[in-house]
Amino acid sequence: MGVEVRVEGLTKSFGGQPVWSDVSLTLPAGEISVLLGPSGTGKSVFLKTLVGLLKPDRGAIWIEEQNLPRLSERALYQVRKLFGVLFQDGALFGSMTIYDNVAFPLREHTRKSESEIRAVVHEKLEMVGLLGAERKLPGQISGGMRKRAGLARALVLDPRIILFDEPDSGLDPVRTAYLNQLIIDLNQQTGATFLIVTHDINTARTVPDNIGLIYHGHLAMFGPREMLLSSTEPVVRQFLGAQRIGPIGMAEEKDSDELRAEAEAGVELPPLPAIPLQLRPSDGRPRRAEQPPGQWCAEHGIVPPAGSFRNADGSAWQPDARQPDEVLR
Amino acid sequence: MSSGPKAVEPTTAGPAPAEPTVTGPTVTGPTVTGATAAGRFAAGLRGPGHFFAFCLDALRSVFRRPFQVREFVQQAWFISSVSILPAALVAIPFGAVIALQLGSLVRQLGAQSFTGAASVLAVVREASPIVTALIIAGAGGSAICADLGARKIREELDAMEVLGIDPIHRLVVPRIIASMLVAVLLNGLVSVVGVAGGYFFNVVLQGGTPGAYLASFQALGQLPDLIVGEVKALLFGAVAALVASYHGMTAKGGPKGVGDAVNQSVVLTFMLLFALNFVLTAVYFQLVPQRGM
Repeated sequence: MGVEVRVEGLTKSFGGQPVWSDVSLTLPAGEISVLLGPSGTGKSVFLKTLVGLLKPDRGAIWIEEQNLPRLSERALYQVRKLFGVLFQDGALFGSMTIYDNVAFPLREHTRKSESEIRAVVHEKLEMVGLLGAERKLPGQISGGMRKRAGLARALVLDPRIILFDEPDSGLDPVRTAYLNQLIIDLNQQTGATFLIVTHDINTARTVPDNIGLIYHGHLAMFGPREMLLSSTEPVVRQFLGAQRIGPIGMAEEKDSDELRAEAEAGVELPPLPAIPLQLRPSDGRPRRAEQPPGQWCAEHGIVPPAGSFRNADGSAWQPDARQPDEVLR
Repeated sequence: MSSGPKAVEPTTAGPAPAEPTVTGPTVTGPTVTGATAAGRFAAGLRGPGHFFAFCLDALRSVFRRPFQVREFVQQAWFISSVSILPAALVAIPFGAVIALQLGSLVRQLGAQSFTGAASVLAVVREASPIVTALIIAGAGGSAICADLGARKIREELDAMEVLGIDPIHRLVVPRIIASMLVAVLLNGLVSVVGVAGGYFFNVVLQGGTPGAYLASFQALGQLPDLIVGEVKALLFGAVAALVASYHGMTAKGGPKGVGDAVNQSVVLTFMLLFALNFVLTAVYFQLVPQRGM
């Protein structure tokens, strides 16, 4: 079961330059959250702050009644055992084979025998589809395989919180789709709390339960997927719709002159695109945190854009007839 | 376990839709303008401060169980494999140069029988710790720095920390101990090769007598000479590994950052080791009475 992560008023700066300030959000236990933002807004810095690799200037990160930035070095290493982190390039140990990489946390932290370790490593490698590549060195496999091997290593201690640093960067669309499905399936199987840092819009629209958007040094919005996908907030709309029109410019945010010119020219954002269905686990059984499509919109009296929540064939989504109670639970 | 309506209220913290660019922190210039000289002085002390903190962390981790024996053996083997041959090859000409310099001078004074004594003093007390320092910093230290730097920029060290393993305990401590051990052994090797080189030049090329060369060892040399040489080597090994590890672990900015880190680490180690050598020699002369003729 996952663990809730509560971030309060987090502020971080490098050499007097603020990266972001006063970020407050709660990653609900067992749910998948995505953190979005233009390049260079400190999404990876946020992720590293969350595991205590970087110290924030101010603010608190509450995990199981412990405030992470205030923990002693020793206590921090204990809390970190709750985390599994997938780094951008997998961050595999270059001198070890894939097998040894995945076995490394087990050998360091547990007193398991070598045969027990082999069983666990095989299970995790099978999960990410890397059986058969155990004897290879990280330098001998492709970037996508390195990511999956990094994921297997992050999973090996059965973490309660899993952080993904741009799992889809540098992957082709097909591999990204597989990886997204893998993330959904893993969430179903482990029930852990997931945070994915990305700027892939497709991932953000279809994978998470919650979306956060970092922009211009602060958290612009954080909430359920349907809330952000139906939001009319210019920044959120521009980013989730991948538009040029809006407050985000090429280098930084646009200044007021540019915005005025834009307004005078009469350019407007196109209507909100339809909200797609969330990816579902591949075995058809629902995840614990899964909500029926459209529920948030219905509860908050918001009419989703036309064509939302359609199946691939264009038919409207129907609650699964076979297990209605499970879906709605 | 039970869901129903979500307990978590969506948080909206952001600029009002009407004026999106006004809120949020305004990025001003760095705040150095207020305190200029004092601020710069403090910033200058930050680097050494971090290094000392790192050294204390490393020192504390030395005594933490379990000691990483495997990593230690691998590193000791690695450092010796990159340093033994260069050390021996540097030691031979070093011994020879001292023999050449002394040889002609001493002959003019008619004191050829003391060439051996002078040679042993020069080689065992000074030349061999210096050669050891150069090789340990240049070959061992640069390799350690490059290795840790590459791991740092590939985020391997971050990954290790996240997996709950302290890289200082797991990687740095075995390297420091290995470097100290290899430095001590290397110092012995350099002494032997240097004295042998001096002997060869003095006896074979300059026509000195073997007996006089060996006998004069006793006249000026004493056991503490060797001991202080080994103590120097031990400290040089520790300093070289500490500086190299520190620079490697704080490397940033991609492959170029690793190159810069190695460069800085080698230059800094050389300066530190020569300064340390001077201090240790001065202390040694104060503490241990020297023999006269």
